[in-house]
Amino acid sequence: MVNLATKTALEAPAPAAEASVPVVELQGLEVKLGGRPILQGLNATLTGRCIGLLGPNGAGKTTLLHTLLGFYPISGGSARVLGKDVKTETRAIRSFMGYMPENDAFIQGMSGVRFVRQMAELAGLPKAQAIERAHEVLFYVGLGEARYRPVDGYSLGMRQAAKLAQALAHGPRLVFLDEPTNGLDPVARERMLRLIRDITEAGNVRVILSSHLLRDVEECCDEVLVLKAGKVAVTCNLEAERRANRNFLELELRNEQGGSADPGFNQALEALGAEIASGARQRLKVVLPDGVKVRDLYRIAVERKVQIRRLDYKRDSLEDIFLKAMEG
Amino acid sequence: MAVYGRNYRRYAGELTPPWSRFLILPRYAYETVFQSKLFLIFFAVCFLVPFAGLLMIYLHHNLSALSFLNIPPEELKKFLPIGKSFFFRGTWLQGGLAFILVFLVGPALVAPDLRNNGLALYLSRPFSRTEYVLGKMSVLLILLSAITWVPGMLLFLFQSILEPSWLGKNLDLGLAILVGNGAWILFLSLMALAVSALVKWKPVARIALGVLFFVSIGFANALNEILSTWWGYLFSAWYVIGSIWASLFGIPVSADELPPPGAAWAALIGGSLLCLWLLSRRIRAYEVVR
Repeated sequence: MVNLATKTALEAPAPAAEASVPVVELQGLEVKLGGRPILQGLNATLTGRCIGLLGPNGAGKTTLLHTLLGFYPISGGSARVLGKDVKTETRAIRSFMGYMPENDAFIQGMSGVRFVRQMAELAGLPKAQAIERAHEVLFYVGLGEARYRPVDGYSLGMRQAAKLAQALAHGPRLVFLDEPTNGLDPVARERMLRLIRDITEAGNVRVILSSHLLRDVEECCDEVLVLKAGKVAVTCNLEAERRANRNFLELELRNEQGGSADPGFNQALEALGAEIASGARQRLKVVLPDGVKVRDLYRIAVERKVQIRRLDYKRDSLEDIFLKAMEG
Repeated sequence: MAVYGRNYRRYAGELTPPWSRFLILPRYAYETVFQSKLFLIFFAVCFLVPFAGLLMIYLHHNLSALSFLNIPPEELKKFLPIGKSFFFRGTWLQGGLAFILVFLVGPALVAPDLRNNGLALYLSRPFSRTEYVLGKMSVLLILLSAITWVPGMLLFLFQSILEPSWLGKNLDLGLAILVGNGAWILFLSLMALAVSALVKWKPVARIALGVLFFVSIGFANALNEILSTWWGYLFSAWYVIGSIWASLFGIPVSADELPPPGAAWAALIGGSLLCLWLLSRRIRAYEVVR
């Protein structure tokens, strides 16, 4: 029998070398679709194990993923994925990555195992290995018992799992997951998030997770890129953020008549170097710089005739980072 | 990753060469296509004409068989000579069957992938749009070859072996079989893929393919009648390929029956380019909505 296999997947760099290469590098990335600018001047270097892409609907998360996959042409700037240029090395990028699309996507008339097997073969696995891995990965995502059933007949949760299976079947180094928990019930969602964490932690795989659900990103990711209207609103290393010993307070303010507090209070805090984000119901999130104490807040409150009705110490959650980015 | 282990591991084995991967598509497509009994029966029927041709050639060179059947050899050579009209008729019959095969298989090739967002899955792998089209086209090209130029060439070689002096005089017939059938199956495959990609829905794609083939014949005739011209024929693939076959096999036809070969070639090439353009527009991982 002629062995068609000529190249090995081991050509991939060693994990230690790979860890030093940024997962995604964007330099002034611009993408226009139908003449309309969708992504505008994106600059970011993302190095995390699991990177969250956050943003409201229409912010450009999926467009960014599609651009990194080479589906959309780059109209300005550059993008690199694990050191490979998206413009010139698209095929190389696609050979080491897996992609789980946001929408329903499957090949009609195929059983789960045949579907995943075909996808693995298209990624370059020889037939025998593709069969073996298709079975394994379907068990891994929890479709072991349903693997001989047609994909068309799967429930929404099962189809999400099948999409994840096809993204993992060829053993990629990097996985793009676009809204992986869309439409899942709480149990299925928890299972999906557990799988994502497991892939990242145990499987030595980088993950880019696009979602508009903050909790999903917070539970899985160690780095976040927040997009807003096609621009980078903020990039944030969640791990570092969690570790940082910052004075993060949540205040509830009123004036002496019980109405809205004087905006001068906020300005005075900002003058001290504090970071401020206004929330609903007269709540204010404040990050105090080093050297500024809580007693300084009370002093300014007295000066501005503002009542501090509640003061909580709070860690900087992803929600706060996101809200701050959206306000900015 | 072991099934019992249930944890993820990377693949670190060998990979197949990239050039061979487009052949994965026909392999999977045939598993589905040959599950249909209707298709299997039809595919078997497609070999009846070549088999009859084989018998005919055999009879031409077997005097004992002819005497057993009580057929005078001169009569057989006079009424059914093995020459250009024999191979032209064979090509014509198999060409018609080729369209039916495309009608049965073609619409299911691209439309379901577009409908179910399957293209994003294919194209997110190291697998280009060209390879996708090539893979899907080869599903049809391999099947069509099996019923058109392959049996045609086998009959041609069989006749050449039995009558070596015949080969020298009819070498151009071999070329006509290859070029005539090749052009037809290439055009049919492109048309089927383009219609399948354009319509996105399998049953509608099948209807569109039928309409494009049969209605265009009527339309061509009506146009010629109304405008007293011949160029209406150029709107019908069947008349166009008929003209190309007739010119390749050297069959004389009047200007009223078929378009001129030059115009027919131009129409076929133009139609193929149009199909390629449509495919280049439709075969994308995601559509850009303007």
